[in-house]
Amino acid sequence: MGPNLLANYGEAVSAVLFCIGFTNLLLQNNLIKKIIGLNIMDSAIYLFLAEKGYIAGRVAPIVVDGVTSAESYINPIPSGLVLTGIVVSVSVTALMLSLTIRLYTRYHTLDLDEISTLLKKEGR
Amino acid sequence: MRHEKERDAILDKVYDSQRNVEMKIFRKLYHVTSIVFCLFLIALLLVTISWLPASGTVERPVNNEVSSRYIEKGLEETGAINIVAGMILDYRAFDTLGESHVLFVATITVLVLLRLNKTEKHEVEINDRQFEPKNDTILQFVATFLVPIIIIFGIYIILNGHLGPGGGFSGGAVIGAGLVLYLNAFGFAKTERFFTEKTYKGVCFFSLSFYCLAKSYSFYTGANHLHSVIPKGTPGAILSSGLILPLNIAVGLVVACTIYAFYAMFRKGGF
Repeated sequence: MGPNLLANYGEAVSAVLFCIGFTNLLLQNNLIKKIIGLNIMDSAIYLFLAEKGYIAGRVAPIVVDGVTSAESYINPIPSGLVLTGIVVSVSVTALMLSLTIRLYTRYHTLDLDEISTLLKKEGR
Repeated sequence: MRHEKERDAILDKVYDSQRNVEMKIFRKLYHVTSIVFCLFLIALLLVTISWLPASGTVERPVNNEVSSRYIEKGLEETGAINIVAGMILDYRAFDTLGESHVLFVATITVLVLLRLNKTEKHEVEINDRQFEPKNDTILQFVATFLVPIIIIFGIYIILNGHLGPGGGFSGGAVIGAGLVLYLNAFGFAKTERFFTEKTYKGVCFFSLSFYCLAKSYSFYTGANHLHSVIPKGTPGAILSSGLILPLNIAVGLVVACTIYAFYAMFRKGGF
């Protein structure tokens, strides 16, 4: 164990959240719950990036009173990365949900095991 | 015939998850393995995090010369008070162009996946909201007051993207939410007067191609150290910071249309 686990509690929470989402992805059979698990993993990544950009005692990178010294503001780059992550996660979630709808109209179930059993019985 | 029956019986026996012993064992093993793996992953990540530099301090590899350059020169070079907006719409504008295209491509893919033919569409329209009241008085009354406020707030966020927190993505999401509320309260007959598939195509096409052209213009003039003819304006005024405001509006339009389109497609497979 390293020295900074308590100081990095935000990152630690994000790691635990990430693993909760991943466990959801592995253990849930319901497709909607799998998608929720993936979204939990996304949120963990946002938390991690926000924690990376944070510097104690500094304010958000919006210029106040024309002060433009690097010592007054937090790091703006992770904020931009979080924006990219949110957009991609929204698109991927919509795509997965529409695929789920297609699967449901074909097999009338959301259970992944039942779907794969039906597929194998059809001989594919 | 007998052959097929035998085959079906065997298949039923093999895939009977309640009684097939091998399947039961596999299930148990899968559960145990995945829980063990996830605990191992948590431990691994926590050990890694405990060796990372302490959060909230300045002396970290993340806080390098790139971020200090953005903060120190951002206001001067882009004219945007919101440094993040200046960063994503000026220094890294092509990244944001890619993001808008990701949204656009996602909408098109969902449209392809959920598209219905004519008869199915008719059925869905009849079954739409079968178990809910069609014209809910309370919802309509609330929506009459809320929708204009929500949409004006979204426009405010977009127009002030370079002056404060906000920008095209968040403002567009707010406007999209207002449109979804309007659709919920008044139904498709009302929204189809101003928002159809054609509107979506037109708005997205013009926004994205405007973004492309505007950004390639600044690429040709700015990146080659030529003088840009677009004035920066005084920082803090609403018409300032060059191209950031029009680009924010383009992104906001794409995002608002996308949010509305996702909702409409998931509800009835089209606009």
